[in-house]
Amino acid sequence: MGNPMKIRAASKDGVTEVKVLMNHVMETGLRKDPAGELIPALFITEVTAKLNDKVVMQAQWGQAVAKNPYLGFKIKGGQPGDKVSISWKDSSGDSRSDEAPVS
Amino acid sequence: MNLEHPASRRGFLRQTGLLGLAVSAATFLPRMAYAAWNKAAFDAKTIADVYKTMGVEAPTASAEVQLIASDIAENGAVVPVEAISKIPNTTQISFLVEKNPTMLTAQFDLGPDMLPEVSTRLKMAQTSNVIALVKADGKFYTATKEIKVTLGGCGG
Repeated sequence: MGNPMKIRAASKDGVTEVKVLMNHVMETGLRKDPAGELIPALFITEVTAKLNDKVVMQAQWGQAVAKNPYLGFKIKGGQPGDKVSISWKDSSGDSRSDEAPVS
Repeated sequence: MNLEHPASRRGFLRQTGLLGLAVSAATFLPRMAYAAWNKAAFDAKTIADVYKTMGVEAPTASAEVQLIASDIAENGAVVPVEAISKIPNTTQISFLVEKNPTMLTAQFDLGPDMLPEVSTRLKMAQTSNVIALVKADGKFYTATKEIKVTLGGCGG
């Protein structure tokens, strides 16, 4: 299930600015542990963003998105009280969904 | 498939039947704007292969695409980048790092409700050109910026 995301969504002048901080190791599969063994890859591959249950953006990610990924984007429309939800799926099949109200 | 044995005819029919089903399923699936994870593109080791696997043809450098990042990243493990497209009908923004082991880092497919602006943080193995690749009306445009990395992000 992963750890909760931090999502902030603020509406201003007809645009909702969303900032997301995810909790994920984003392991590339290229690093070695202290014993010299390769650490297996484990990274978020797909991200979906919704405004009130309508998909507004879908992303595909590779290994090189930084650990504990940050994501910022802007949605046309959206008002205080609307709901922004973000979900991700990683290379192990694990997934997580969180939501936050637009302020 | 062994067609020499008459006994294999049933197997042959079964296989073609399955194939037929698979083909019709693929045909009837609505043309999704959001495809499954494009493994070939994320595994590609050269820019040419990334472009090929993403269906990118002859991207043109455009001043209408802005790639905002600092010139120097002190820590390659966390390199903030932002891409803004001023090209109408932008439907996709991607980030590529030329000198990373795999170059394609993130691809954002934007629905009609999105402004063509995304920001995220990348890992960079070493000083490299970073490319913001924008798709608009089926054509591709780029902005390129060199980011100097003083401490690589993929060390072990």
